[in-house]
Amino acid sequence: MSEGEPQIVVKGLDMGYGSFILMRDLNFTVNRGDIFIIMGGSGCGKSTLMKILIGLKKPLRGQVFYGDVSFWEADPDEQERIMRRFGVLYQSGALFSSLTLAENVALPLEQYTDMSKSQIRSMVSLKLALVGLAGFEEFYPSEISGGMQKRAGLARAMALDPDILFFDEPSAGLDPVSARLLDDLILELRASLGTTFVVVTHELASIFAIGNNSVYLDVDSRTMTASGDPKKLLAESSDPKVRNFLTRGGENAHGQAQVKPS
Amino acid sequence: MESGDKPLTGAGLSLARGNEGSLVIHIAGNWERGQVLPNPEETLQAIESASPRALGFDASGLAGWDSNLLTFLIKIKEWCTTKNVECVDTDLPDGVRRLLALASAVPERKGARRESRRESFFVTVGGKAQQFVVSAGEVFDFLGEAFVSIIRFLGGRASFRRVDLLLFLQETGAQALPIVSLISMLVGLILAFVGAIQLKTFGAQIYVADLVGIAMVRVMGAIMTGIIVAGRTGAAYAAQLGTMQVNEEIDALKTLGVSPMEFLVLPRMVALALMMPLLCVYADVMGILGGLIVGVVMLDLNPVVYLNETKAALSLTNVWIGLFHSAVFGVIVALSGCLRGIQCGRSASAVGYATTSAVVTSIVSIIVATALITILCNVLGI
Ligand SMILES: Nc1ncnc2c1ncn2[C@@H]1O[C@H](COP(=O)(O)OP(=O)(O)OP(=O)(O)O)[C@@H](O)[C@H]1O
Ligand SMILES: [Mg+2]
Repeated sequence: MSEGEPQIVVKGLDMGYGSFILMRDLNFTVNRGDIFIIMGGSGCGKSTLMKILIGLKKPLRGQVFYGDVSFWEADPDEQERIMRRFGVLYQSGALFSSLTLAENVALPLEQYTDMSKSQIRSMVSLKLALVGLAGFEEFYPSEISGGMQKRAGLARAMALDPDILFFDEPSAGLDPVSARLLDDLILELRASLGTTFVVVTHELASIFAIGNNSVYLDVDSRTMTASGDPKKLLAESSDPKVRNFLTRGGENAHGQAQVKPS
Repeated sequence: MESGDKPLTGAGLSLARGNEGSLVIHIAGNWERGQVLPNPEETLQAIESASPRALGFDASGLAGWDSNLLTFLIKIKEWCTTKNVECVDTDLPDGVRRLLALASAVPERKGARRESRRESFFVTVGGKAQQFVVSAGEVFDFLGEAFVSIIRFLGGRASFRRVDLLLFLQETGAQALPIVSLISMLVGLILAFVGAIQLKTFGAQIYVADLVGIAMVRVMGAIMTGIIVAGRTGAAYAAQLGTMQVNEEIDALKTLGVSPMEFLVLPRMVALALMMPLLCVYADVMGILGGLIVGVVMLDLNPVVYLNETKAALSLTNVWIGLFHSAVFGVIVALSGCLRGIQCGRSASAVGYATTSAVVTSIVSIIVATALITILCNVLGI
């Protein structure tokens, strides 16, 4: 597979809970090697969309294609094969509370590879070091801070060097420097391993620093109102809500056109 | 990245002498998961035996790589630092170098790493003894606080939600009826069976009614409901409070200035103390019914005669003793459930441990309390 070819294609997707419809008619494409940002106000359904993409929740209507395979119409074996290629960071970290950080990260390695114990140990150390948690192998999740739990969740998601990494608000709870290092890590993994990223984030600095494709979910109209490179959206979009989001409400607060890109 | 559909060419590694006593590590082929990878320990030994002054790399033949190459290189770099050998990584691919830099961007925090130490026997025993004293202290703290909150409740000053109390009354009382019916009726049946076989040899079948009646009402009804409630409600209380502990809900209550003891423990305790005696009376009736079935079906006794015999055998003292038992058991189950829940650690397995421990504590305490009350009644002659 080469860079730039479509990896996830979403067609006519409706999502919701029971009869409560959250979003209608979502259409977008995530290409291989993209850092795809899901944006939108709090409670608009970003985490729900991510759950559908990773195969935890069935959409009300529409399809999600991985390559040529429509995920929700595929048979369970095929679905599992596809899901095996994902790494997921959940919004709340979702670390296994009765395992140490090392055991948390080692779990997928023990499950899906035939690595030896010492190989696994060095792999675990590498992943923890990459997220800035070197030396915390023997800590339990309840013994580290919230931001550290988030980073440990990242290390577990990256354990198998997956094809596609899904991050739900990876930088929430991180200090600016750690958040910046995380951005660097994402860019680096994309550049050297060709990993595709789907990231839910509100961090504007992050969105512009790493994102090269995005979708904006609008609560009021219950559908996506913008998509594409966030930097281009900021420069070109005429949708006041999208502009408002991308400028932290800056244009509204100070009258029109405070951030007019030249 | 697509492991599986690549040919297993394996990862190539060879060492070559460079100039001025340096050693060049040639890295080639596919360094990805699923490939045959060189063993880092063997490589280090080979490097060590060459005792180079500097290490260099040549990655021109490298076809593919992932984190496995990084862990390998980290091992080599660590070796270089400990042996004070210069390590020149400029010839590694840019991506590899940048990821290695990121991995060391946040240095290991001093003192964070934990070593597992083997403790001597005496340290272990001493530690356990100290733990025991601490946990006994916790139990008394808890009992004291529970007592204070009951006093406040009786004074009408305790702050908890009435809805919660009603809900617990329903959960512990009405919803336990089916299982209490089943178990106590079966216990009545069993008692009657065991008694009938003996009493039949004396032609004294009618005394089955006395046996079942007194046994059920005086202690068995209370013990059976106590054990059922310990498994059903005590475990649930421990799991509820334990999960709240894990989610920091109990901390949230404290910072809101609400006493977890009054808000969480009190309504549960009151609900159980009120419902247990009622459940016990119900269990008594069910047990007698069980005995009646055996009496009528197996021993051909007249139901009216059987019930009259039961009535004559039972004194009000027996009923009071049974009710006293059950009220004590109610408090015991509520206290052990809530105590273990509040003491719970912050992980999923801690919740499991709290639940188990709550049930064990309740059942042991129930049996011990029964023995104490029985001895007491004996001494007092009731
Ligand atoms: N299990 C559920 N059952 C019913 N409704 C739900 C459920 N989970 C979420 N919702 C609803 O779906 C909506 C979207 O939730 P979601 O978690 O996807 O939001 P989000 O965009 O990720 O928000 P945030 O940025 O705050 O994380 C919310 O309004 C929520 O009320
Ligand atoms: Mg969310």
